[in-house]
Amino acid sequence: MYRYDEFDHQFVRERTIQFRNQTERRLSGALTEDEFRPLRLMNGLYLQLHAYMLRVAIPYGTLSGRQMRQLAYIAEKWDKGYGHFTTRQNIQYNWVKLEDAPDILDALAEVEMHAIQTSGNCIRNVTTDHWAGAAADEIADPRPVGELLRQWSSLHPEFSFLPRKFKIAVTGAPHDRAAVKVHDIGLRLHKNDAGEIGWEVIVGGGLGRTPMVGVTVRDFLPQHELIGYLEAIMRVYNLYGRRDNKYKARIKILVHEIGADKFKSEVEAEYARRPHPTTEVEERELARIAAYFAPPVFEKLPRWSASFEEAKLANPGFARWAKNNLGPHRVDGYAIVNISLKPEGGIPGDATGDQMRVMAELAERFGNDELRVSHAQNIVLPHVKRDDLLTVYQALDKADLAAANYGLAGDIIACPGLDYCALATARSIPVAQAISRKFADSQKQDEIGKLKINISGCINACGHHHVGHIGILGLDKKGEEFYQITLGGSSAESASIGTILGPGFAGHEVADAIETILDTYLKHREAGEEFLATYRRLGPKPFKEALYATA
Amino acid sequence: MTTTEKGQLVTANRLRDGIAVFLTRGGDWSEVIDEAVLALEPQAAAALEARARDDEKKTIVTGAYLVDAERLEGRVRAAHIRERMRALGPTVRLDLGKQSEGKGAGFAAPEGE
Amino acid sequence: MPLLKNNVLVADTWINAEAEGDLPASGDVIVPFARLLKDWGELSERSGKLGLRLSNTDRPEALGTFLPRLSLIVLPFPAFNDGRAYSIARSLREMGYRGELRATGNVLPDQLQFMLQVGFDAFEIGERFPLETWQKASRQMSLAYQRGLFRRGSEAEIWTERHTDAEPWLEQPHAG
Repeated sequence: MYRYDEFDHQFVRERTIQFRNQTERRLSGALTEDEFRPLRLMNGLYLQLHAYMLRVAIPYGTLSGRQMRQLAYIAEKWDKGYGHFTTRQNIQYNWVKLEDAPDILDALAEVEMHAIQTSGNCIRNVTTDHWAGAAADEIADPRPVGELLRQWSSLHPEFSFLPRKFKIAVTGAPHDRAAVKVHDIGLRLHKNDAGEIGWEVIVGGGLGRTPMVGVTVRDFLPQHELIGYLEAIMRVYNLYGRRDNKYKARIKILVHEIGADKFKSEVEAEYARRPHPTTEVEERELARIAAYFAPPVFEKLPRWSASFEEAKLANPGFARWAKNNLGPHRVDGYAIVNISLKPEGGIPGDATGDQMRVMAELAERFGNDELRVSHAQNIVLPHVKRDDLLTVYQALDKADLAAANYGLAGDIIACPGLDYCALATARSIPVAQAISRKFADSQKQDEIGKLKINISGCINACGHHHVGHIGILGLDKKGEEFYQITLGGSSAESASIGTILGPGFAGHEVADAIETILDTYLKHREAGEEFLATYRRLGPKPFKEALYATA
Repeated sequence: MTTTEKGQLVTANRLRDGIAVFLTRGGDWSEVIDEAVLALEPQAAAALEARARDDEKKTIVTGAYLVDAERLEGRVRAAHIRERMRALGPTVRLDLGKQSEGKGAGFAAPEGE
Repeated sequence: MPLLKNNVLVADTWINAEAEGDLPASGDVIVPFARLLKDWGELSERSGKLGLRLSNTDRPEALGTFLPRLSLIVLPFPAFNDGRAYSIARSLREMGYRGELRATGNVLPDQLQFMLQVGFDAFEIGERFPLETWQKASRQMSLAYQRGLFRRGSEAEIWTERHTDAEPWLEQPHAG
């Protein structure tokens, strides 16, 4: 993974000094809150319901054991002993003090981390496939481009005061685990017949108040043209994106309002107008970065591990975890380990300092010292030998990290919601907990199979409910919490926005409603058919009837 | 016989540490919602808001706003669950926030809320 | 209005002309865009330097033919978080404009380096902050990741620092 050189170090150090100075000026009154707000947001510091919240960037969701340990240290020293992993591969601390924030940023800089641009109307964390570099179906690792874009977008002078936030995602596999079609810019890696790499450029996807799937503006952009082309897109957005209405200020609205064709022609005209560095310039930097993402040295192992197979026979809990929580690795004898942060009845995505250290140690000892954060608020050890899986499982189990529900009904994605967030209209975590308890039975979860339940506590959709197979949106109806259910969303390559099923439900009714929906699915599904496929085949009708039929 | 007073209070976040606080009769900011001063008339509410704006300028608090609330027998309850949570802490972590520090106040949250 | 240029306060010798009416006989004048188009004949003949006042919704491409004749362009920040002028400024520099590029409106010290990097070199800074704050603000970051910025400050370009053995990169218009 990427390692800072002296310039990266100096950059982050100066940035923390700059923020310390800005914080002092705020506390002394030299800066007003209106002047300070964009500055602290561009360093990831929000003012929330109970305290400040700091969102730390985990670039393309990748971190080392050492970095994870530092996150644990920060949680214990300056917060209340835990952190929350988010749907954009970042981590959030909920109880931060403004006067401590500069020290926290210093602690992050020590391990090559930062909170730069995790909020504000600027380019946010570039996210990617949490299985990058390991997945069996991957064409090429997208993370060198993720790092290239991270640097390019950091304190970009032209694009730091955009009409609104800007989110970029990249993927290197045909099965899209990075939701590129619902990002402001999504980049999909392709290889042509000559074996050359090119990027499909997708613009104008997004969730929130007006969810939309993005449009492709380029099918096969050569890598060395990426920065030049993206700058053209950013400039068109910066100049022509709406600034009159916060809810119509994303690039998806611009693309929608002027039309995809007009948008593309504006971008191409801007691209043609501008001077560009030579091909050689871009390729040099890409090559330098790519060297850091050279694959680990894998052992030459047989496809099947005898000890792994035997352990499964002897240990049903392990067998179930292995069945549900492992991803297919491209190298024989290895597996991708998905650590669920969704214990039964727990808070999705939360981990204690101790748990972070357990995961760090497992990565260091068995995982090539690499961890990932997934969009489902889970942690991934991308490179683990099958021979080591039992040991890893046992350590996870001791730390309450072995929930065998990855990708199943219990693996619920939920934003912090009204329990923490000042923007929320309703709580999301209690709903997640109720559903989790209702489907606690492992056989039931296995029977239901692959299912994405996403819960957002407000229209901003940080829980990505629009792209949940089952989406739940928390609203406020006359001061009471109230939940709308959507079905059929997907963030994969055949992306779709969920459709609202009907009238909403009170908080205590939601888990029962989900049960009714899933019973309907089980009743109607064809052999081996997953929930999303059944829904797409049947449409909402049978689900509506089951939910809203009068007794 | 006790009566419920209905009115408005002011809540804000303390600038230094972000903790949600409530404006008291004495003009300082308390973490305990029962100590909040309740304005029973619109004019009084406007006066509270003005005091809050002053304190914002003095870098004591930030993000102050008025909230509907009621007081009964010395306990204060905010009308909306958001502000009840500001007074107590997250409903999903009863071991965190004011509720765990002996500063949680107001009406006890009904079961299931 | 105090004018910040090269980290010191300088006098502003320019005269603001209205959209209509007589122009001063001599001296340097700033005209709004509509007037530039309307009175180009008279303006291009005039002695004294010519300046242009743009709004942040004017398209920089429309200025191509006028640029060589302009010594000053004034660009507004109606609100400090309205970032359109950053793009217009950088576009103008990319088009080859080398005169003074002046920022006006909501200009704050913590944005100064960004403004310098996209090509602004003069700033109407108002009275709110002392000069020292502005001077300090111009030096906060000594490095920039982006290539091809326009610097009046002292930042180094990280790419150049990293690839010291490479040919200095050349700007070429895109082949299309």
